[in-house]
Amino acid sequence: MSITAALRRYEEVNDEIQQVLLTKQKAVVHEVNGQRYLGCALDAGKTLEIHGTAGNDLACYLNGGKIILYGNGQDALGNTMGGGEIIVHGHTGDALGYGMRDGQIYIRDNVCCRGGIHMKEFRAMKPVLVIGENAGSFLGEYMSGGTIVLLGLHLKRGQKLFGSHCASGMHGGKIFVRGTFPKEHLSPNIKVVSLSAEDQKELEKYVKNYCRYFHEDYESIMKKTFKKLIPATARPYANMYISN
Amino acid sequence: MAVNYIPRRFNIVRDKERCIECGCCVRQCSNECHYFEAGGTTVLADSTNCVACHRCVDLCPTSALRIEKHVCDYRENANWTPQYQQEICRQAASGGTLLSGMGNPKPYPIYWDKILLNASQVTNPSIDPLREPMEIRTILGRKPEKLTVERKGKAITKMPPQVVVETPILFSAMSFGSISLNAQKSLAMAAQNLGTLFNTGEGGLHPDLEPYTDRAIVQVASGRFGVHKDYLNSARIVEIKIGQGAKPGIGGHLPGEKVNVEVSNARMIPEGSDAISPAPHHDIYSIEDLRQLIWSIKQATGNQKPVSVKIAAVHNVAAIVSGCARAGADIIAIDGFRGGTGAAPTRIRDNVGIPIELALAAADSRLREEGIRSQISLIAAGSFRCSADIVKAIALGADACYCASAPLIAMGCHMCQTCNTGKCNWGIATQRPELTKRLNPDIMHERVENLITAWNHEIKEIMGGMGINSVDSLRGNRLMLRGIGLSDRELAILGIKHAGE
Ligand code: SF4
Ligand code: SF4
Repeated sequence: MSITAALRRYEEVNDEIQQVLLTKQKAVVHEVNGQRYLGCALDAGKTLEIHGTAGNDLACYLNGGKIILYGNGQDALGNTMGGGEIIVHGHTGDALGYGMRDGQIYIRDNVCCRGGIHMKEFRAMKPVLVIGENAGSFLGEYMSGGTIVLLGLHLKRGQKLFGSHCASGMHGGKIFVRGTFPKEHLSPNIKVVSLSAEDQKELEKYVKNYCRYFHEDYESIMKKTFKKLIPATARPYANMYISN
Repeated sequence: MAVNYIPRRFNIVRDKERCIECGCCVRQCSNECHYFEAGGTTVLADSTNCVACHRCVDLCPTSALRIEKHVCDYRENANWTPQYQQEICRQAASGGTLLSGMGNPKPYPIYWDKILLNASQVTNPSIDPLREPMEIRTILGRKPEKLTVERKGKAITKMPPQVVVETPILFSAMSFGSISLNAQKSLAMAAQNLGTLFNTGEGGLHPDLEPYTDRAIVQVASGRFGVHKDYLNSARIVEIKIGQGAKPGIGGHLPGEKVNVEVSNARMIPEGSDAISPAPHHDIYSIEDLRQLIWSIKQATGNQKPVSVKIAAVHNVAAIVSGCARAGADIIAIDGFRGGTGAAPTRIRDNVGIPIELALAAADSRLREEGIRSQISLIAAGSFRCSADIVKAIALGADACYCASAPLIAMGCHMCQTCNTGKCNWGIATQRPELTKRLNPDIMHERVENLITAWNHEIKEIMGGMGINSVDSLRGNRLMLRGIGLSDRELAILGIKHAGE
């Protein structure tokens, strides 16, 4: 079933999507022009395919569903996502995957500021965010769990892998970065280490997915070395306070 | 032993004639002030760490204990008071940011104490609440701008979701983590029996509270702990926490020590990890962004839940409240600077924000001027000590009041203001199993219910005295209020006349 968003309000479009998904496993929306909240809290077993530019809060509170976006995303994509998968054939705006707890997000191109901030994990829930090109400032800020993969593909001369204040306040999880990266943009509490065999296996899984989704060459991506960014201490603010 | 430059605060006084050396105090004090003499059976005390929580005093079977202020004079100095000197010493020894529990204790003006209530005499008869119906039921939620009525008298305007509470007193947000699960349970049970609401705070919803979700307000704060589709849909109201009166402008930080298995389950973070709520929501940088979050919650809940926005009372509160109303908030909670907290930097708690009385009056006036007051519900928070405070707040413009400290006192809290240490002897602000088990929800919910039932009756009595039989007629009825000893400016902001006028 195909839905046309065009210039209609998001409420209408979302209602129509929900109607379709009541009986079908998949809905397709065409001509999306920044409508917000598409795929909001989409449940497991349901797929939403979107063509056009998805508006803010795409797939917020995603609840196990799958979103495929052919086009660019805007701000707060995957906001407070609880599980599922989002595949973006394009780039996205600020605060991507804010507070994401589980599921996977694959972004073909780049992301703006504050990607993957406050990502957290819980037991078997381990969120994953894979970015094909590069990321803006404050990537992984306050991150407390999960994995970010930054591939740095197709970067032009002068373009950096990530912006300033990378991983500030990070106290859990890990960021895999490929190739050279701007060390001066790392926050003081961050350590750069080599990947363990286990890390490598985990990384390969995500890169393979990325290549499958966006037709990139796995071998040539893996030729460059990856490094792992982790917090130097899990309790960066442990000794900040004195009881008065 | 290192010299710590700070004399102790209290003396534990034991009446040796009454003491039977039973050791109850030794077992009760989590600060380990009482102990048995080495190898002996005599109970002794070291007052150094006493916080005057009165646990030992209240439980001593022979009433042998008393806590008194330890007086140790400094040379008189109105500027360099002992408090500032001691705080400096504490920071000199540790390099730490000062951290305190509970609300602002400083002697700022308390306007409730400078406002007097009216009563009817001769012209408009007072009403006796014991014999006449008296309505304090309150309905929270966005009201439509106008009501379209069918010819037969049936309203055809689609009503946004409304929540009915049987009293204008709700329990304010206290997360599991900042308080114990037993304390939360007591409030949840009381809320259910009283027909009011409790608020889970930003710590997620513990499975044990599921039977009470119909009476729950759940929060979405910047850390997004435990927030997921079912959490949003299970509650009666979803509240976006922008700020808190005790610490406006800063986030929260639950130290890893307090994140035990149960807290970790509710917050959905690993055990022992710090739960950090950043100062801002990083998806909210403007009123437009707030609108986006409000509507995302409405989308995720099929427009079935009123969305509340809680802000701290700060200088521009009136304009902010107006913005929140226009952003689509159905309920706006304003938390004054005397509001309690499990932990706040002392400097923030004691210096940032404004009193709820002024904030509430200013916000209500502004919304009325803009003609949008009737669209939203206003909840006032930030220290209501008795039913008269609540009546005054409603007359200043509140639809309902959030109370937290008062119900905690009903459960045993003695305002020792050391909630941040996690050693609360009353089993409230702690996660230690040996302490939390002291608080029995089956008993405590009744004490909380007793308190609110008493307040409900007092509210009716005061209303009756004014000749008002419904809380709706009290709301924003500032003619029922008069100031005493207030300046013209204060009266103007409160929108009330001076006593005698
Ligand atoms: S801290 Fe509390 S229980 Fe301990 S001695 Fe002081 S008043 Fe008693
Ligand atoms: S909750 Fe406990 S620690 Fe906090 S002030 Fe009350 S008695 Fe003290």
